[in-house]
Amino acid sequence: MNIVPGAASVTEFTYLIATALFILSLKWMSSPVTARRGVRAGEIGMALAIAGTLLSHDIVDYKWVVIALVLGSIIGVPLGLVQMTAVPQRTALSHAFGALCVTLVGTAEFYLRAPAVPRFMMAVLSLEVILGALTFSGSLMAAGKLQEVLPQRPITYKGQNVVNLSLLAVAVAVAVALVVHPEMVKLFPVIVAIPLIFGVLMIVPIGGADMPTVISLLNSYAGLSAAAMGFVLDSKLLIIAGALDGASGFILSVNMSKAMNRSFSNVLFGAFGQEQVSGAAQTEARPVRSATAEEAAAILGAANKVVIVPGYGMAVAQAQHKVRELYDALTKRGIDVKFGIHPVAGRMPGHMNVLLAEADIPYDKLLDMDVVNGDFPQTDVALVIGANDVTNPAARNETGSPIYGMPILDVDKARMVMVIKRGMSPGFAGIDNPLYYLDRTLMLFGDAKGFVGDIVRELGGTHH
Amino acid sequence: MIKLDLLTSLYVFMLAGFIGFEFIRRITPLLHTPLMSLTNALDAIAVVGAILLAGEHKSAFTTALGVIAIVAATSNAVGGFLITDRMLRMFKASGTKKS
Repeated sequence: MNIVPGAASVTEFTYLIATALFILSLKWMSSPVTARRGVRAGEIGMALAIAGTLLSHDIVDYKWVVIALVLGSIIGVPLGLVQMTAVPQRTALSHAFGALCVTLVGTAEFYLRAPAVPRFMMAVLSLEVILGALTFSGSLMAAGKLQEVLPQRPITYKGQNVVNLSLLAVAVAVAVALVVHPEMVKLFPVIVAIPLIFGVLMIVPIGGADMPTVISLLNSYAGLSAAAMGFVLDSKLLIIAGALDGASGFILSVNMSKAMNRSFSNVLFGAFGQEQVSGAAQTEARPVRSATAEEAAAILGAANKVVIVPGYGMAVAQAQHKVRELYDALTKRGIDVKFGIHPVAGRMPGHMNVLLAEADIPYDKLLDMDVVNGDFPQTDVALVIGANDVTNPAARNETGSPIYGMPILDVDKARMVMVIKRGMSPGFAGIDNPLYYLDRTLMLFGDAKGFVGDIVRELGGTHH
Repeated sequence: MIKLDLLTSLYVFMLAGFIGFEFIRRITPLLHTPLMSLTNALDAIAVVGAILLAGEHKSAFTTALGVIAIVAATSNAVGGFLITDRMLRMFKASGTKKS
């Protein structure tokens, strides 16, 4: 290797420092105390690597590069300033952008090298482009569903999985043909086009409750495609960043599917909506006990220990700030209030935590499922706001239930359960929730934001 | 035969994968949303490949692809770091409020 000081080695050196900063960045993310330092490290690493790249002698024309960098920054700022409730769709959109970059660069690299592409190179290039293209279209679809510009209900039809898997198989077969015969340049568009279609079809049968797993999986694909791009460009920095991102997405996907007691393939190929038609039938007749905001406030005000369980319904109703007021009102009376967070509550990993943190609820009051489940037997009131399946005791004891085996928040072990819900319609998955018919369960029918607001008002009124 | 530098790259990939697993396993679920937006921003380092592609100016086609790729990756980097920091700023421990 040539170690003469010059632009090339300066560039390489900035990459080395950037790599170290990226690894530190993830290390510092482990705790909320050091996490912001992690962001700084990432930013500095990124800036250094970009500056180092701009010094490279390979660049002959700066005009378009600079225009593109400026344009990207201008687009990036509003994407960084979206509302916290829009974070899931923003995240999906950023997976799409990352994958777009990788796919375009991969495509250009192919045409620059074709027809003499070495086999290993062609293999990683195919991987890069296939993963990139399906992540791009799949993430756009996911973002569209989350933003509700596309229908959120899973769309399923007979033979769906066969169609999807055959498509993917064709793309892989064409990629293999290209590895063996890279001179068949005309085949290349096929391994871009088919994965683009596959990405769309892959998300069509995905419903809202599966989004946390799917977003994580797309995150992992985006990382892996970037790592593949690193192999093509022989950039260790990119390989490492891609591997870190791929590992992160993979771990999150595993966590999410464990939290739903489902395998990846079950999430991707077994759309939730189609399996269970049985449960919904016997729901109507069974009696439930309901209560008014005044009664709910009286019960909460008399409690010593309250655990609030938020779900996607809280996010939809934008009720997090009202929940904060409730937290304040109860805490002021000396009541111990904590939050029980299920890993798949919401539409992406950690979704509830971000919304509650936005509402200024201290993060040490936000407890993971494993921790808070030990607390329920000593809890006076478990207040469920907009969560359904993650509190369904059927998951524990009804072997026939589609969610049997899924770890749940044991709210039914609290002395009293209150559930804020719009009506008795079963949740997303169409599964009846036996929790609602327990003697100690009170149903609070109404909009989450409005009802919590009413409880807060009642608590304030009876204060003195 | 796999060339030597490709083999080195495979080692790098494997080691980075292990580091990633070890570090990310330790990250509290509390921060999983900002984690995803951070890794997404870091992933935008693909912009260096796009910059070289656009800057080398080998053909109008590849330059155009490179330019779009730069725009996509840069918006991810800028937006990703920005929103991650905004989220993390909101996470506060209790204690300061008690009076």
